[in-house]
Amino acid sequence: MSQILSDKPVVPAAVTETATGERKGLTKKEIAADHPTWCPGCGDFSVLALYFKLIEKRKLWHEKITTISGIGCSSRFPYFVQAHGAHFIHGRALPFASGVSLSRPDLHVFAFSGDGDAFSIGGNHFTHTARKNIKMTLVVMDNQVYGLTKKQTSPTSPLGFKSKTDIWGAVDYPINPAKQAIAVGASFVARTSAANPNHVLAMMEAAMDHDGFSFVHCLSECVEFYEGAFDVANPRKGGAFNEVPKNHDVTDELAAYKLAGADFPGNFGVLYKVNKPTKNAREAEINASFQSKFTGLKDWQILQKTFDRMK
Amino acid sequence: MSNTTTTGAVSPGDAKKVSRINEVVIRIAGNSQDGIQAIGGFLARLAGRSEQEVMTFMTIPSTISGGPSIFQVRIGSGEVLTSGDDADVLLCFYQHSYEGHINSLKKKGIVLYDSDHVVPKPEWQDAYHHVGIPISSLTVEAIGGTAKDKGKNLYSLGLIAKMFDLNVPKLEKLLGERFTGKDPSILNNALAAFHAGYANSPGNVVETFQITDSDKKGVSQVVMNGNEAIAYGLIAAGVRFGAAYPITPWTDIMEILRRELPKYGGTFIQCEDEIASVSMALGASFAGRVAVTGSSGPGIALKTEAIGWAVMAEMPLVIINVQRGGPSTGMPTNIEQSDLNIAINGGHGDAPRVVLAPANVEDCFYMAIEAVNIARKYSVPVFFLTDQGIATRIEAFPSPDLEKVCQDITPDFTPVATHKPYDLTAKDGVTQHIKPGTRILDGKYPIATGLEHDEYGHPSGSPKVHMLQNAKRRIKLQALGASLPLPKVYGPAEGKTLLVGWGSTEGPIREAVDRFRAAGDSVSALHLRHVNPLPNGLENIFSGFSQVLVVEMNDEGLYGFGQLGSILRARYCDPKIQGVNKTDGLTWKVKEIVELVKSKTAK
Repeated sequence: MSQILSDKPVVPAAVTETATGERKGLTKKEIAADHPTWCPGCGDFSVLALYFKLIEKRKLWHEKITTISGIGCSSRFPYFVQAHGAHFIHGRALPFASGVSLSRPDLHVFAFSGDGDAFSIGGNHFTHTARKNIKMTLVVMDNQVYGLTKKQTSPTSPLGFKSKTDIWGAVDYPINPAKQAIAVGASFVARTSAANPNHVLAMMEAAMDHDGFSFVHCLSECVEFYEGAFDVANPRKGGAFNEVPKNHDVTDELAAYKLAGADFPGNFGVLYKVNKPTKNAREAEINASFQSKFTGLKDWQILQKTFDRMK
Repeated sequence: MSNTTTTGAVSPGDAKKVSRINEVVIRIAGNSQDGIQAIGGFLARLAGRSEQEVMTFMTIPSTISGGPSIFQVRIGSGEVLTSGDDADVLLCFYQHSYEGHINSLKKKGIVLYDSDHVVPKPEWQDAYHHVGIPISSLTVEAIGGTAKDKGKNLYSLGLIAKMFDLNVPKLEKLLGERFTGKDPSILNNALAAFHAGYANSPGNVVETFQITDSDKKGVSQVVMNGNEAIAYGLIAAGVRFGAAYPITPWTDIMEILRRELPKYGGTFIQCEDEIASVSMALGASFAGRVAVTGSSGPGIALKTEAIGWAVMAEMPLVIINVQRGGPSTGMPTNIEQSDLNIAINGGHGDAPRVVLAPANVEDCFYMAIEAVNIARKYSVPVFFLTDQGIATRIEAFPSPDLEKVCQDITPDFTPVATHKPYDLTAKDGVTQHIKPGTRILDGKYPIATGLEHDEYGHPSGSPKVHMLQNAKRRIKLQALGASLPLPKVYGPAEGKTLLVGWGSTEGPIREAVDRFRAAGDSVSALHLRHVNPLPNGLENIFSGFSQVLVVEMNDEGLYGFGQLGSILRARYCDPKIQGVNKTDGLTWKVKEIVELVKSKTAK
């Protein structure tokens, strides 16, 4: 009987850990694919380097990671990683990644996105993937501007930001991604900045280890179209990188919401983390309860039972 | 009721005339909450169990509750191709049912009406045989006052059972199965209503009828509608993941799959919108095995960008499109074949994909399996075009040999030495993806992508690469076209007029051909189930006829041709190809085809 939700796929002995001669972890050279096409100085380089570091550190193998993205500068990500990946359409990385996650519990599913992709064209999917608590990690590289299309207002651009579509300065109130994520039911919400590599790695690692939908909001500067946007959060540029207070209770939704809503750039770290059953687990439970009624039957015999009732 | 032969009374105690008939068309008209679909369903299922052929037709209002609704069932011991143009018996519950449907009754047909609600018109008394029975009050008498609206359908089923000498034990068993597990008093009430109807000898009905035995004795049949056949066909094909958003008339399929797939370890996800659902299905296709999404009308339009990605990324996917009247919200519960253009061409860019259109309910089952296998073999999205008519119509067909038919398509994760997902040297341009979880020993991993790409899936802006990859995506479908069987001509392979149809209209077109030929006219038919790519060699069939008429339920378009007609004109550049079209939102009546074809051939 096929059990795509509840069973791990059959993996040949040659690639399991206990095979003859343990497989070594991957080196950065083995993980890197195409040279990134980002502009020199782009914050996304840092996120990519730390994704490599995460794979190295956690001894993940090529075939066990799936890197998925939509459209935008950030979303070129999968091409730069030697792993099974998909570069999907604008705004829809999350439902695509959900299809992977729900049918393949054995894979680590990472989605990389930008502020336009995740919060504007893909806003509906951000809400619903979070509320369903589908197991995966979403890293949004937020530069507060549309970079690939060369400087238009994004849903996170601050009021007054001068872009080619708001030459007099942005007039629409920006989204606060962390607040929104908490409000729609994300079970893990963290904020970080590409300018602080160790912090990015720590957040990605915590996100990966979270059993549920984990969202990492990462400020990532666009040096071409919004230079200096995040200096205020960068001690090297005269700003301050304020971490989440030690006494913050990450399971307290109201406290997390309040903390997430602090004036820009606010606090960095895990803002909210609760454990609740994932959709993956709930669907597997439904399957287990149905399948227990058909133990020992082949698929065609189960269908035959249904057809016998349609005579 | 055709081929009526009077054989006299069957039982000595019954003085009434009993006629043997080989088929009957019964139309039941009421409101949507009267349970008339249930009566039709019982009759269809009974026919299936009696090895008879059966076909049904129903209309439902698109309002939330209430509104006129009909169910028509045609039962026969010979071949039944359509649900019948005109009814032999009209059962009507209300004045509006009576007045609205009397025209669908044959002259001298029987109108069986609820005299509690219907006042018959004197001017119709001669044309139709009127039988008035106070169905509502007799039902109340039989089962008590509280449930009067619930039981009158079953009371009427009893009347029909008596009139057509139907197999009572089999009907009782069907009632038992339908009301199983519920409060036993519900079944008892149902049986009481049924028997009260059966016992009521319709006073002025002089005839009762017996449907002759079928020549299909001993063939075990299943009875289902098109939507059910598709859902179970997908399960048989090995599909274990799907995602969709509810929309009429597609929704039944997603409800069945949501309920049934867990038995097989699969799952069906109700998504936040149409775009999420096609995206999620593509994610599952990428991650494991070919997945399914589906929709109707506007929902298909929303999915087209992602379907373009599936063409570019060469990702297998099955898209069920239960067509309805369009454009926009259109006529959600009516029938139209107007999504052929979007299925073949919807979306931007040169994006060839496969389009299949099953011809009947049985075909829905087997063609769903074929759709899955074409998607897998050619790594391509496959559109599956049905319509509201075939979705809800019930047919009986021989029980499939499930042990043989069911497939295991569990993905293979054996490591490979190297992998090029878009290998330009592949025979016929046909490549398949390996799945995440598969180790690639040379360490070069593929990306499934919507950007134009090199053989590994990495972006390429090279003009040459774009031309070669465009050709790859085209050539593989040309190879599929070359492998398709040429459909057989119904009727002689040469003659004056060839009617060409596609999808759910096969039955009425064939019956039209039968009528023409019976009248001595030279008319044959050709039915296309593989619509894109077309099978090779159709021109050789067309050359046997002096006129090719493409019969479609869509508009004749700006230039006088329907959607398939335009494609055939473009491909064969043959001026003898003409269109026969209608857009009234109802299934073809045989006489409509006959009349329209006559008007075209007269020119």
